[in-house]
Amino acid sequence: MHHTTDRTEPAWPPYGFHDRHRHDRWHRRAERWRNRGNGEPLRRDPEDRLAGGVAAGIAAWRGFSPTTVRIVLLVAALVTGGWAVPLYFIGWLLIPARNAPASIGSKARHDSRGVALAIALGSLLAVFLLLAGVLNDGTVESFGWPQVVSVACLTLIWRNAPEDEQAAMRHLVEPLESLGGGGKRGRGTVVRLTAAIILLVAGIGWLLSSHASLALLHPLTGVLLVAAAIALLLGPWWLRIARDLVLERSARARAEERADIASHMHDSVLQTLALIQRRASDPQQVVQLARAQERELRSWLFEGRAPGETDATSFADGIRLIQRDVEARHGVPVEVVTVGDCPLDDDLSALLAAAREATVNAAKWSGAGVISLYAEVEPGQVEVAVRDRGKGFDPDSVASDRKGLAESIHGRMTRHGGSAAVQSAVGEGTKVTLRMPRNADTGDGKPARKDRR
Amino acid sequence: MSRPAGPPRVVLVDDHGLFRSGVRAELGRRVTVVGEAEDVAPAVELIEKLLPDVVLLDVHLPGGGGQAVIASVKKEHPEVKFLALSASDAPEDVIGVIRAGARGYVTKTISTDDLADAIQRVADGDAVFSHRLAGFVLDAFAAAPSPADVKPSFDPELDQLTSREREVLRLIAQGYTYKEIARELYISVKTVESHVSSVLRKLQLSSRHQLTRWAAERRLT
Repeated sequence: MHHTTDRTEPAWPPYGFHDRHRHDRWHRRAERWRNRGNGEPLRRDPEDRLAGGVAAGIAAWRGFSPTTVRIVLLVAALVTGGWAVPLYFIGWLLIPARNAPASIGSKARHDSRGVALAIALGSLLAVFLLLAGVLNDGTVESFGWPQVVSVACLTLIWRNAPEDEQAAMRHLVEPLESLGGGGKRGRGTVVRLTAAIILLVAGIGWLLSSHASLALLHPLTGVLLVAAAIALLLGPWWLRIARDLVLERSARARAEERADIASHMHDSVLQTLALIQRRASDPQQVVQLARAQERELRSWLFEGRAPGETDATSFADGIRLIQRDVEARHGVPVEVVTVGDCPLDDDLSALLAAAREATVNAAKWSGAGVISLYAEVEPGQVEVAVRDRGKGFDPDSVASDRKGLAESIHGRMTRHGGSAAVQSAVGEGTKVTLRMPRNADTGDGKPARKDRR
Repeated sequence: MSRPAGPPRVVLVDDHGLFRSGVRAELGRRVTVVGEAEDVAPAVELIEKLLPDVVLLDVHLPGGGGQAVIASVKKEHPEVKFLALSASDAPEDVIGVIRAGARGYVTKTISTDDLADAIQRVADGDAVFSHRLAGFVLDAFAAAPSPADVKPSFDPELDQLTSREREVLRLIAQGYTYKEIARELYISVKTVESHVSSVLRKLQLSSRHQLTRWAAERRLT
């Protein structure tokens, strides 16, 4: 951890032994202190954060455990009557995050609307505190005043933090938002309003009763008048700022949606177009690329599936996966039609594996330009037909060493209580029909495809 | 049928100029393309003036979609036949144009030969189902209709497929041609055609819940 100074020994300064010893001790202590931590300038640590990563940043800087720093901050907040909290937010505002070029504060300086909003929210809290102060609630007041600064800082942070930090903050705030009721007026709203009114009445009653005599209410009337005046004066401004906040939120949501679409287009469509340009000399490759892209775009647009999503949860999904993989790997288009759908179980997974085998076989050996893959889920059984118009073969003359078809397709099917039939003739293509009885409890065979849209 | 011999006269309605010129070039000598339109109102006007054998109609058109074209032309000229063509696989689009009165539906990825065959078949008064449409129909008619599923219908026959029709649809869904289906089921091509036409009729007239829902979504009924 600490440097040894052995190597510099010949260059001792001309001190006496004791002096030298003491100097050495202090030197080492200072050295150790300087060398604690990661030796980098103070930076917030967004990776290990509860709020802004300030505590984690300080911990890494000075080589403490983040938990220790957090506890110290918490104690400090209590001891200083809440003043440590705004300090934390100021730190958040002024200390740049690691890997970030500048602090949030330097960006916030140019955000005039943000500054206005910060002042507005701060003043709102200040008015509330004034009222509370008049009503003699000392604890709220003493802990509250520092938070005027906190609120202002938080507002600036909220508006100017980089994308990832904002996302994290939104995550924290979302439950609160849903409490605030997103415009839906249901029973929940009524209950909430009732509770709020009851609390309000109880609170006012309590405040009134804590005053010995009603004579003290006279200043209260005055305060209420002043508060009303302030609300009248500043109210429209607050309202406008609140509206701005809402507008900005929806604008941000739109921007995010756009970014999402743009990134999808980039990941898939643009990439494919680039590939197509590069392989323009190979028509088969181009067709294959265009097809794969078309299918992906379709499943994204019409079925809401993200590109590259691979887990099949239903039988029809599994069939589409076979289509995708075979087209991608063997370059033969697979025409898929599915009728009905049901959840997967072991037997149906075996059926899917056999269907995959049959499709891959057709793609590899038949020489056909297109393979048809048909799957129908009926109440009593599931049927898959894999068909090609390729060269076909004579089923009687298949050499026993071509185990693929016999072993893995037949064997798989019969082990799970199903059956496989192969129909083929030289020059007429091949059709493999797979049937698997359904367990009674795996669903009702209703066509599920429509419902997924 | 009552059509004079020779290649069928076709009007193309599609808002993609590139696609129209591609189809026109490819279909070349097998059909006679007599006109093109790219919007609903001009299309209706053109069709009523030219009275082609078949209208090759894009499902998605600006100004009301393919269904709007079918609806306005059918009022005056029920004899004009429509073959719907679309890049979309959305069932309500497909079922929508069929219920509006199209004699068939094919996807835009269809090969030129198959498209020419389909146009010929529609011109001859038959129905044309793509393998996807066959899948949709099987899906829609899959379970036995429960009473709640079906509005009071003057003909309950319309709400179910016969087992033969089901077999034919299954084979269409697997990419079989009519000729192959005929051989597979030991029936004549004409019989296959009549089964498909019968399915088409049921599709257009049935009051099955799913069909009516699809239709309602496209504001058809």
